[in-house]
Formats: sequence, structure tokens, C-alpha cells
Amino acid sequence: MLSAHQRMLEAEAIHILRETEAVFRRPVLLYSIGKDSSILLHLARKAFHPGPIPFKVVHVDTTWKFREMIAFRDAQARALGLDLVVHTNHEGLAAGISPVSHGAGPYTHAMKTVALRQILDRLGADAAIGGARRDEEKSRAKERIFSVRAPGHRWDPKMQRPEPWGIANTRLLEGETMRVFPLSNWTEHDVWAYVRAEAIPVVPLYFARERPVVRRGDSLIMVDDARLPLAPGETPQPMRVRFRTLGCYPLTAAVVSEAATLDAVIDELRGSRRSERAGRLIDGERADSIEAKKAEGYF
Amino acid sequence: MRIIDPSATSAAPIEEPGLLRVLACGAVDDGKSTLLGRLMADAGLVPEDQMAAVACASGEDGFDYALLLDGLAAEREQGITIDVAYRYFATARRSFIVVDAPGHEQFTRNMATGASVCDVAVLLVDARKGLLPQTRRHAAIASLMGIRDVILAVNKMDLVSHEESVFGAIVAAFRTHADSLGLDVRPVPVSAALGENIVHPAAAMPWHAGPPLLGLLETLTLAPPRIGSLRFPVQRVSRPDADFRGYQGTVAGGRVRRDDPVVALPGGQPSRVTQIVTFDGEVEEAGPGEAVTLVLDREIEAGRGTVFASPDNAPACVDHVVARLVWLSETPLATGRELLMRHGTDLVPCRITALRNRLDIVRMAEDPATTLGANDIGTVTIETARPVVVERYGDNRALGSFLLIDRLTNQTLAAGMVVEAVNAAANLYWQRFDTDTADRPTAGRQTPAILWLTGPSGAGKSTVANALERQLTAAGCHAYVLDGDNVRHGLNRDLGFSPPERAENVRRLAEVAHILADAGLIAIVAAIAPYAQDRANARAIAKDVPFYEIFVDTPLDVCASRDPKGLYRRARQGLVSDFTGVGAPYERPQAPDLRLDGTAETPQQEAGRIVDLLTARGHVPAT
Repeated sequence: MLSAHQRMLEAEAIHILRETEAVFRRPVLLYSIGKDSSILLHLARKAFHPGPIPFKVVHVDTTWKFREMIAFRDAQARALGLDLVVHTNHEGLAAGISPVSHGAGPYTHAMKTVALRQILDRLGADAAIGGARRDEEKSRAKERIFSVRAPGHRWDPKMQRPEPWGIANTRLLEGETMRVFPLSNWTEHDVWAYVRAEAIPVVPLYFARERPVVRRGDSLIMVDDARLPLAPGETPQPMRVRFRTLGCYPLTAAVVSEAATLDAVIDELRGSRRSERAGRLIDGERADSIEAKKAEGYF
Repeated sequence: MRIIDPSATSAAPIEEPGLLRVLACGAVDDGKSTLLGRLMADAGLVPEDQMAAVACASGEDGFDYALLLDGLAAEREQGITIDVAYRYFATARRSFIVVDAPGHEQFTRNMATGASVCDVAVLLVDARKGLLPQTRRHAAIASLMGIRDVILAVNKMDLVSHEESVFGAIVAAFRTHADSLGLDVRPVPVSAALGENIVHPAAAMPWHAGPPLLGLLETLTLAPPRIGSLRFPVQRVSRPDADFRGYQGTVAGGRVRRDDPVVALPGGQPSRVTQIVTFDGEVEEAGPGEAVTLVLDREIEAGRGTVFASPDNAPACVDHVVARLVWLSETPLATGRELLMRHGTDLVPCRITALRNRLDIVRMAEDPATTLGANDIGTVTIETARPVVVERYGDNRALGSFLLIDRLTNQTLAAGMVVEAVNAAANLYWQRFDTDTADRPTAGRQTPAILWLTGPSGAGKSTVANALERQLTAAGCHAYVLDGDNVRHGLNRDLGFSPPERAENVRRLAEVAHILADAGLIAIVAAIAPYAQDRANARAIAKDVPFYEIFVDTPLDVCASRDPKGLYRRARQGLVSDFTGVGAPYERPQAPDLRLDGTAETPQQEAGRIVDLLTARGHVPAT
């Protein structure tokens, strides 16, 4: 049974998804395999019921995602009958760009930002739906629900349109595209409470289990495969850890946790004194790092 | 589209304290960011890593709470908040969305945007400065956007020695202003810098008995929203297979129950709801803010932009609205330009036909104005290209609010609130009748048309019209003459001769001509119609009825010498003002369908040439 607040968040997201389908020629849904994406898929099924999800579902695969994420993605695609498009920046791959050889910055730019632009252009997508939330990070707090991107997918904070009463101006000029964020008003807590209430499947990496990790500075990095170079004497240690956000495994820090169930995760979150994206190694380079990446077309 | 509409969503059963949407506003340097940062930090809601990052970034003056909030690099460089930001937090008692609106005078638009989705406003005042014009502006905007509850936070009390009289004077002054705006005020003295009366009570101000700011927010109860009658703007039609046709949308007012009768607006086609479908199964009813799919008992003409409403209290369906605008764009208002109105789920071409006034929000006085610029507020009349389903903003926010969009740049120009749905079409639908033009007893040998004879007074329009009617009648064709002068004795007797009144005169003649043509007649209008724009409007009103502009081209000096009614003489003596050709212009038709030389031929010959035109175009049979 959903609370009044949850019903409001759900109805609002459904409304946004329906608007997106109704006003754009070729919207796509960006699927990152994380918990927010899982909710987006669930809400899209609700929004268009009894019809199917009317969008292509796009995953930008950097080839460095956790193996469990890819397995989960393919299982979801089969179970839900998704029209899934997986895209990798093969030029970047051929050039040998990886999170272990390049810094997080150049790697993210080539394998995530550029890759996303490539696939949106190839599909002729005029709108891309994503699971970003305003509570994730300070610069996201000012993001619109319908966020206009200039040709080349650039985000210009000054060209963002006001949304009084939540009415969106969805008109686009040639070459412009729209990013749409139906979960803008959700918090991390709302997400987990909804996952629990609706029994939405999520990647098991969110739950604590013994996993092989190495400590690097303040971060615990899971050794998901043999590609992660280990320093001399560095050996993976089994630790009970889980992940609050999911991305490329060498760039996503685990947290020590005993929360092995949904209830435990939610309890842990209530007492948490660390922010969700603290585990994202790519965010921390500069204080305004997400803003800078968005300006280039990052989600 | 409606994302967070307090009027709709808080209507859910109150089984919990409920989400509170809080607008935070204050003038520059009133300490708003510090206050919000302090609120969240003292309530224990800021993660340690963010506290650590801010501690690092703070200067020598100690922990800078404002840095917890200022999000964009661009504004950190300028040291001000340039855009609306949304913060989310929850205490054990309540969930909050704090909409953080910047204080600069030029950011009225951001404040209005923020206020549009909020239940309550926290207004910040610097105790040392007292009420500023800016504070009055913020209160006025909050009120205009429909906020009724205001918390007045008098900040920096530590800098006025926590003096009760300072607080009292500010509160008293503000109450006078707030009363005139219909605002309900709850005052609280605070010091954001010291954390006094933010989350914890202030020992330094024992004279203040009420709860601190957070306590006020946690316990504030809002007036229950009006539910009203059913309003359901259709977003899209779901047709997954040939057997299912569902209308998807969000209830924007009232409740819908299975078996309820509804009308589809515009148009007014009636039907009945047979199913309310959701992913989680069929439901018996749905209320405000709920996103559902409606199935009806019959096929009707409905799609995106259609509004389903309860038949016993349907909203107005009009092509003119009086609205209050908050001008958002740097491009100023220009009347007459083609714009787009984003309203409900509809997108309608429109234009602003008149700017009625500009609101001075400090004096709350409406002044005459010729344009609106960014951050101005004013009242306008808007004409839409087709009927829109609207309600007053105060009655239903979803149907009472809209955006105006520039057609070329797609810029959002203004946010609008409906003050009044205007004109005769209010509450009327277009009733369809089964009898067609061809079935009427007036069906003669003619095919309907509108003939508009234009020319200065004395050109011979009425004489030609008279001859024409006789010739057509003799040929077994039904025609009727609408004479401009004659109609001014009755239908148009309230109109004078100023340009707007002439425009209205022509509009009415055109509407009547259209009715006559619809009844199967050839309508002959004899009216000066001196302005090209008015004649163009007449042609537009004719819609699909063939419209012929016939210019009775008689030179003015000939007209004046004929002067059948003695009007030229009287005009020249100054006894008649606004007389066409004397005190008012006559704009010659540039491309009339037929030009008659009013000096070369007799009226009978001229009428014969019009009959020739009608014959050539198939309106009357060849003789």
C-alpha cells in the first residue's frame, strides 16, 4: 500500500512519461540498470498500461559495468519484453580508453558522454528520459524536469526554461533535444521505499554480501574481474559490502554494510551520515564537477 | 503539464502530516541561504561528507552554512543564487520540499515560478533593515500565485540585541500589508547565523512564546483544498489493440467514478465512463492528482487537449480570456503577435489583443502601460485561434494557468493566470443540427455566398445592393441585403465610429452574413468597412463560405457631391466626427474580387456585373 506521498510521486512521474510520449517524435528511455532506472521502467509500464512501453530502452555500455549489472539488464529485457538498444563507443574502446589506463575524467567523457551523444544521434532521439533526481547533488537541485539541450547535447544553465505549475514548454528547434527527469522530486529514501512497496527487482549489488575488495585511499573497490590492475602486494580481501549507486566497477566505491535486505537498506539509510554520491569517484574531482560534465552532454 | 500542483495533490486523504512545499524568499543579504543551510544542518539532515566539504570551503569567519545550498559554479562565482533550487528533506514529523527562490529584484520570474508550486512562503526580513520594498514584492507575488500562508522570519535578531520591540514593529508593519493581500502571517524572530529559533528555541529571546521555524513548518495545517467538479485533461489516447480505447491523463479537479456521465470539451459530446483502468487493476473512482486511464461507453471525438468534465458543471469553453501575466522573457510583450498557449494538455495559437494594465506590486496599483518587460506583471486580453477550456485560476489551477511561447524561438515568454473567461461562447458548446443547408426551405437555385460591398459613404453601395437583390430574386435565387446603416438602427445601435467600434460593427455584420449564408442565402453586405484589417477579419469569419469583396470605387469628390444623406456637409462643418473620407481614413482594397467604377455605369449595370461573377463561380445558374 502506497502512502499519499508515494502516490503523488508515482502519479507525477506517470504524468511526465505520458507527456513525453505524447509530445516528442522519438523519445527513448535511458537505462543505467541502477535502482532509479528500475523504477523508471516500472513507472513506464504503469503509465502506458494496457499498452507496452512505447520507447526504445537504451543502455550505454562502457564494458566496465559490474558483471551482475549486465546479467540483470539482460534478464529484465527478457522478462519485460524491452526494446533494448545497447551501445558502446567502439572508437573509444579501440583507442584503448579505460578507467584504469585513463583518469576518470577522460574515460567518462569518451565512454559515457560521447557514447550517449552517439547513440541519441543515431536513433534520432529528440527526447531522452533519465532517472536523475534533484536530491542527488547540488547542481542537480536546479535542474528542470524538461531540460533543453542545445545542438550537440550541450546543457546551458542559462537557457533552461521556467516550469511554473509544472507546465513544461516542450518545443524544440532543429538540432535541440530534451532530457526528461520524471524522478526529479524523489529522494533516495523515496526510491527505496517505493522499491519495497512495489516489489521492484533491483541488482543484488545493492545488498550487503561478502565481496572481494581492495582499499584505495578512502575507497573500497570491488575486484569484479581480472582487468583491474593490482599494485604489488595488493590482494583482494573479502568484506561484507554493498553499493549505494552503481556504475563502472573501478570507479564505484563500496560501503561496508550489513544491510542484506531491503528493510535493512532502508534502516541503514535513515541513520546514514554520508551522501549517496560519495561513492562516485567521478564526481569529486571539482566541486562543480557534475555541472561541468552536464555542460558537455553527460546525463 | 502539471507536476506538483498543491491544489490537486494534497487532496489525498490526510493519513499523515503530508508533504509541505515551502517557498523560501528574501532580499539579497537577508541570509536566506544561511537560514536554509542552518535549518537542514541543525535538523541533522546534512550528510557528513557534505559538511566536511563546506567546512573546507568556508573562509576564516567560520562555517558558512550558505555553501550547503549554492549549487551552480556560475552563481558561486557571482556570490548570488541565480535560479530556483529544490531541496528535499524529511523530519520524523513531515516531508518537505523547499523551493529556494533568489531575492534579486530582477528575479520576480523565479520567485513566481517557485511560488506556483508551493503551499507556504517563508519570508525573510533583516531585523536591522526592516521591511524593504522587496519584502512587499515577495508578499505580493506569493499572494498573486495563490499562497495564503506566510511565515515571517525576522533574521539577524542577534544584531539588534534580540530586542522585542524591533521584532514587534516589523511584524506590525508587515501585518498591515499582508492583510490587504489576504495573507495569514505567522511571525518568528530568528538568528540563522547563531541557529536561534531555527530548529532549537532561542534562550536569548524568552519573550517569544511560539515554536521555532522548523516547529512552525512541522505543525502548519493547510486549508483543505476544494475538490470541485470533474476535470480530466486528456494527455494521450491508448489503443494497444482494436478492442481497447483508453484516454490517459491526470485528474485535475473533482472525482471520476465508474458510470459517471462526462462531456468532452470543446464540442460537448456526452458519454459515460465504463472503466477506470490502472496498472494495478480497475478502480471504482479516482480523485485529484491521480493518473489513470478512462474508457468510455461510446466512440467520441476526443484526443490530446480534450477535457472531460462533469456535465452539470462544465467549465467555460472560450476563445478570449482575460489573464494576469508574469512576463518571464527579455523579449517584451507585443500585442497582435502570433504566440502559442500551452494550457492543460493543449497547445493553441493565440495572440495578445490588448494590454489592460501593469501591476505595481509595491503599491498594488494597476497602471496603464504599453508593454511588459521581464519581471513585469500585467493584465491582458488573449484571443485563441480555437476555443480553449479554461477556468479562473482561483477556481482550478490546472485549467486556470498557462504558458505563452514565442513561435519562432520557442522561448517561454510568460506565465499566465486566467482572471476571466470572456465572451458569448462562455459555457456554450457548438450544438450540431441535423438539417443541412441544402435541406432548408430557403434552398433555391443559388449556392450561398457572402458579397461584401465596400466603399465610402455615397459610393452607391446600397443602391447597387438593392438592384442586385432584385435581379437575383427575379432569377429565382434567394438573397438578403444587410445594410450597414440599417443594422446600426438595431443590432449595432450601441456602436459608434471609433476604429474599435467600427471593427466590432464589421465583425457583427460578418457573423450575421455567415448565419444568412448558413441558412442558404446569398448574403449581400453594404457597409463602408474602411479598414483593410476589419475586412480581412470579415473574410476570416466567413470560414468556408465563399466571400467576395466588391469595391464600389467612386472618387471621394463624387461621393461628396452626391451626399445623399447630407453627411459630408455636416462632417465638414464639424458636426459629425470620425466621418470616413473627412475625419477618418478609407483604406482602398488592394485586391478586391471585383471592382466597380461608380461613375461609369448605372447601378443596374453594376449589379449585372456582380451577377456575372456569381454565375461564373457557380453560385447562380446561367440565364
